[in-house]
Amino acid sequence: MFKKIALLVFLIVLLCTGIAFGQVYERSETLYTTGTMWGPPSSWNPITPWAVATGTRGLCYESLFLYDPLTDEYTPWLAESGEWISPKVYELKVRKGIRWSDGAMFTADDVKFTFELGKNYEGVFYSTMWKWLTDIEKVNDYTLKFHFSEPLYQEWGNVMYTMMIVPKHIWKDRTEEEITAGANEKPVGSGAYLYESHGADRMVWVRNDKWWATDLLGLKPAPKRLVDLINASNNVSLGMVLKGELDLSNNFLPGVADLVKWGYVTTFYPEPPYMLSANTAFLFMNHAKKPMDDRAFRRAVSFAINVNQIVNVAYANLVEAADPTGLLPTWSKYVDQDVVEKLGFSYDPEQAKAILADAGYKDADGDGFVEALDGSKIELSIIVPFGWTDWMESIKIVARGCQAVGINLKTEYPDFGGYAAQLYGGTFDMAINNFGSQVSNTPWTFYDWLFRNPIQDQMNNGNFSRYDNKKVFDLVVELDKTPIDDLAGMQEVISQIQEIQLTDTPAIPLWYNGLWSQVSSAAWTNWPSAAEDTPNYLPCTWNNYWEMGAVLMLCELEPVK
Amino acid sequence: MKRYFARKIFIYILTFFFAVTIDWLIPRFMPGNPIQNLLARASLRAEAAKVMYGYFTRAFGLDVPIWQQYLNFWNALFHGDLGISVYLFPQPVIKIIMRAVPYDIFLLLPAILLSWIAGNKFGAFAARTKWLDNTVLPLGYILTATPYMWLGILLAWVFGLVLGIFPISGAYSLAMAPHFSWIFIWSALRHWFLPFASLFLVMFGGWAIGMRNMIIYELEADYSHYLEALGAPRKLVRKYAFRNAILPQITGLALQLGVIVAGALVTEIVFSYPGIGYLILAAIQNQDYFLIQGCFLFIIVGVLLANFAIDIIYVIVDPRTRIGMAGETA
Repeated sequence: MFKKIALLVFLIVLLCTGIAFGQVYERSETLYTTGTMWGPPSSWNPITPWAVATGTRGLCYESLFLYDPLTDEYTPWLAESGEWISPKVYELKVRKGIRWSDGAMFTADDVKFTFELGKNYEGVFYSTMWKWLTDIEKVNDYTLKFHFSEPLYQEWGNVMYTMMIVPKHIWKDRTEEEITAGANEKPVGSGAYLYESHGADRMVWVRNDKWWATDLLGLKPAPKRLVDLINASNNVSLGMVLKGELDLSNNFLPGVADLVKWGYVTTFYPEPPYMLSANTAFLFMNHAKKPMDDRAFRRAVSFAINVNQIVNVAYANLVEAADPTGLLPTWSKYVDQDVVEKLGFSYDPEQAKAILADAGYKDADGDGFVEALDGSKIELSIIVPFGWTDWMESIKIVARGCQAVGINLKTEYPDFGGYAAQLYGGTFDMAINNFGSQVSNTPWTFYDWLFRNPIQDQMNNGNFSRYDNKKVFDLVVELDKTPIDDLAGMQEVISQIQEIQLTDTPAIPLWYNGLWSQVSSAAWTNWPSAAEDTPNYLPCTWNNYWEMGAVLMLCELEPVK
Repeated sequence: MKRYFARKIFIYILTFFFAVTIDWLIPRFMPGNPIQNLLARASLRAEAAKVMYGYFTRAFGLDVPIWQQYLNFWNALFHGDLGISVYLFPQPVIKIIMRAVPYDIFLLLPAILLSWIAGNKFGAFAARTKWLDNTVLPLGYILTATPYMWLGILLAWVFGLVLGIFPISGAYSLAMAPHFSWIFIWSALRHWFLPFASLFLVMFGGWAIGMRNMIIYELEADYSHYLEALGAPRKLVRKYAFRNAILPQITGLALQLGVIVAGALVTEIVFSYPGIGYLILAAIQNQDYFLIQGCFLFIIVGVLLANFAIDIIYVIVDPRTRIGMAGETA
């Protein structure tokens, strides 16, 4: 009997220690998110930003400014202010009173050190910045002067909110390999959350109760813990949102429109398009192959595609059709309506046929499809990665549209590796891609991707069409050199780019992919939405979206009582 | 005896060499380029993209000629270095595998051993017992023919969704960090049960059928008839039959244990259970040469070691092998 009681006591003690160590999370204090990670957390190194666990950028490490695409405003963050004191000198004042999570003070030295990592090591992703940045002068512990040989103002504006500052006192003793290819386990940052643990399917952050912004700006994130799960299959994520086990899902989930209607989940807008727009899906046509090298042929394709059908059928109204310029809604002020009026396009099969006929494409052998100008058959394919179901549905509609006007276009679905090899290596005919068209502070990032140059055998990052036009390449550089507050100057360059773009149709903008966001109000409320009485930040956990406002969203959430 | 093992070991080394070579070769036949896939996730500026591509191609040792890569691979292998994962950059492959292996052992070892013991006992019992043979035999055939994945989905649907008794994905609750307490152990067991059950049932069917057939075969053998003719009790005859019938089953068990880490691939995917099977799929999808190599290397080593163990166990459990060897040397 005594033994049994002793055992029972032992069990209860064990049980209690488990709780005492805080290893079981209270639902009312924990935020569950998903949509960012495709594999187990493996790196917390902000110098390799494409590989980091959710939250490394933004929750742990922070940027000098925050940028809100919806208002087009920069908010000083680690920086107190920054301005161009002369055309080639940028003065940055660093905020006083910030501490790293190990207690050390944050100073201008940390900022200088972070930028200079790029100067010292080629393998740091911003090393090429030092081609136009010459020197960083430390004025005092909280002031830096950046001297430029050739300031690229747009890019600099982007750097101000995307560059994560690392602590010098920890990083200065690291080797090149540790910096450019280390995992940086147990990261020490300045941000609102601290690394707690990670598992094969999750990343767990715990609130930093000594976060500087709580003292200095009066901000405090509501969730004590943030658990980000790696992406599961759609039905698993959806099931968890519906059961209220998952608070925020940033995955594309088919059929969400109905669930919104029935009140199971909430999205940013209560009606179509439901989501904010995150990037533009383009149809790339390989200019290195005939007949895609012909401007008239490409223009005909742009009239042959029924984008509204893609929006209605493939996406059930979860996305919006793109503007003919492809510029995201947040950049709509840059769209030159006169140019679009004159050169734009819309779904019009008759027009497509007319353009083909005018350019000399005829169906001589009567098989229903036109032949090339030299009389040879045209047989083209369009590719998207297998398993990307929304894209797979979309290209069926693209192919049908092209076939209807006499272009023999077939769909193909290689696996991602095969898709990437064809796209980057230039062996594809047509393909959908959106990787570099993400929302940012400047359309320059968008054009830099769309008109990536020089044209090489391997085009890994943009301009998959291999569109070669020095004039537009120069305009993109000119745009980069335009100050970010010179809206008129930007407008003028962008108008010229749009005119060339719409004349030559290097690639066809089709639709805006959504900033997928499904939220459950089972545990947390006051989510960002288009409504008047809620915050308006981007509700998104994707890497490099935290610094676009999502970190402020965490401070606005309210637990359900 | 010495010659027997020397020959065996030579064959194992040769097999290892060829298997590992194929393991190294096959991922490289896949279309695409892992470094491109790695960097496609980073929206880099034009110049930076080029520099980074070069940098990481060098870092992964993919810039040297293919034969050199092959030699480097063997060299690294003998130093216990399986390379760096591309998909889970910058984690070393060996570390990733070591983290996944406990889940495999935890899931597969009980499933294989328990199904083997239960299946054999049951199969031996069922053989030549009319009503059992007529009812349980078809059930066994159905179980063993069932794809793991299908049974897994079925169990997940019934016990996870309809009845809501068991969780259907992950290895432990989302509201916990791994630690030593009863809540955690309970949670891990609940998450473990369905994948375990789906593996156990399918394998159980296979072992039971195999044993039953083997027993019938042995009962027809001359020595059984002779024993019966001498008037030996049924129990004794069956005992001898069982001893003979178990030999092929031991071989089967060893092979199962060898492929332990890969055996549950689809089951792990169905239940998002973080073992090696789950890793292999992700590694292939992400064209992660090093992780694919590492996972398969593990399987190769597992199969060879298990086979070797069987060679030794056979010598112990089957006297005929010993006599054979003695005859050989004589």
